[in-house]
Amino acid sequence: MRLNGKPLVSIISAGMTKFGRHDGLLAREIFSQAAKEAFSRCPKLDPKNDIKAMFIGQMGEAYEHQGHMGAATADWAGLVGIPTTRTESACASSGVALRAGIYATLSGLADVVLVGGVEKMTHRTTAEVTEYLAMASDYPFEQWHGITFPGLFAMMATAHMYEYGTTQEQMAMTAVKNHYHGSLNPKAHMQKEITLEAAMASRYVAWPLKLFDCSLITDGASCIILTKPELANKYTDMPVQIIGSGQASDTLGLYERKSLTSLNASKLSAKMAYEMANAKPSDMDLAEVHDCFTFAELMAYEDLGFCPVGKSGKLVESGETRLNGCIPVNTSGGLKAKGHPVGATGTAQAYEMYLQLTGQAGKRQVKDAKIGLTHNVGGSGATAAVHIYRRDY
Amino acid sequence: MSGQGPFTIEQFYKFLEHRKLMAGRCLKCGKIHMPPRPLCDNCFSQEFEWVSISGKGKLLTYTVISVAPQQFQALTPYAVGIVQLESGLKIPGMIQGLKQEQLKIGMALSLDFISCSNTQEWPQWPRYCFKP
Repeated sequence: MRLNGKPLVSIISAGMTKFGRHDGLLAREIFSQAAKEAFSRCPKLDPKNDIKAMFIGQMGEAYEHQGHMGAATADWAGLVGIPTTRTESACASSGVALRAGIYATLSGLADVVLVGGVEKMTHRTTAEVTEYLAMASDYPFEQWHGITFPGLFAMMATAHMYEYGTTQEQMAMTAVKNHYHGSLNPKAHMQKEITLEAAMASRYVAWPLKLFDCSLITDGASCIILTKPELANKYTDMPVQIIGSGQASDTLGLYERKSLTSLNASKLSAKMAYEMANAKPSDMDLAEVHDCFTFAELMAYEDLGFCPVGKSGKLVESGETRLNGCIPVNTSGGLKAKGHPVGATGTAQAYEMYLQLTGQAGKRQVKDAKIGLTHNVGGSGATAAVHIYRRDY
Repeated sequence: MSGQGPFTIEQFYKFLEHRKLMAGRCLKCGKIHMPPRPLCDNCFSQEFEWVSISGKGKLLTYTVISVAPQQFQALTPYAVGIVQLESGLKIPGMIQGLKQEQLKIGMALSLDFISCSNTQEWPQWPRYCFKP
């Protein structure tokens, strides 16, 4: 077996709702569907007695005029009584919930931990969602001066284009790839392929980013259930091991960072996770990366070491990050096509990894997938979380 | 005039209202913070002095925003960028007086003060912009 180090924790089950519009449902009600799937997949688990803690990623109170989502989701998942905590790190809210679940499990305080995330967004107007998402960026110098969330990634894209010659076509190719993957995922928000021409013809949101460079405003929830590796076989014959975990931060304001063409928090998280797993980028059979914008996926290729700095445009052009390429990226469709209910995204990436590594990914299954990586970014990169997974059976 | 007051973002904007671009210099390690901070992120000192900063700089990167929150919708499309000032400090803001095709990374821009009557309770921060 490759990378045969001791696992940190084992994933014994996972659940995810269909991503898309869930009209008439509140976040807690959507989350209960994801929890139900995870409970059903693991008949040997007695949720009320076995689950000892819960960490839930959720970004915004403004969407539903509702705070205290840790308690609300535990309540609606039938788990009243357990310690439950909401984690908020913008779009990385559930990536850091996963990290918190690992802390809890390894501390010995909780043998079985449910980690997940949820967001209900589609009942709000685009202007409202734009404003709420911008709250993840710096208020006094970014939001105050009209800089939107797409605007921040657009400024990074502009700098990357200038420095390395990356093109709008290469960004659009990322969208085309992810929509192709989304067409193979029955839970994706958008399950239709798009053409390069359509992507290039879409209107600008924040130059050079167009509508088809942006992830979707989506409702959805996801969760995974963790336990200590030595307890995993009590619950399942096919655990997925987490063998590396990294989380890091950067300045809140993009303007204070040393680089405008890479995310240092991604690089630091990846370094931590790779070192813990004793792994290198070329060991990965697949990856789910944070494509909140197409350009963010390109930057992730570089920050995660899948290609040299400045060569991410060439990598997507080569087709190697498409299904059946040497490192398929975002087989779920990514945030771009599967959708981006912000709080749910981190554990939705883990859900895809769970399906892929247990051979349950259907039409988008990566052949012989044994080792994979997830990469979740908060805001314009002030938070990142990277996890590495291995199939052990 | 080096100015008075706590080393806060609120105070930074109060100076800006008086058309002064000011930063906080750490008295222990010399690091200049803009926006100012009450705790030096380099040496953890809490002792600073105000220093006046030149508003001249060069454009590091930019975008033109077409989809904006309600508050800025009337201005779309508008350009924003990050400018590196002569002191090396970086600051983001709107860019006015240039068409999109005139925007070039590396071009010289200067910070200009905008007088405005702000009726909101909080924050009552003035705005600034960059111009060629």
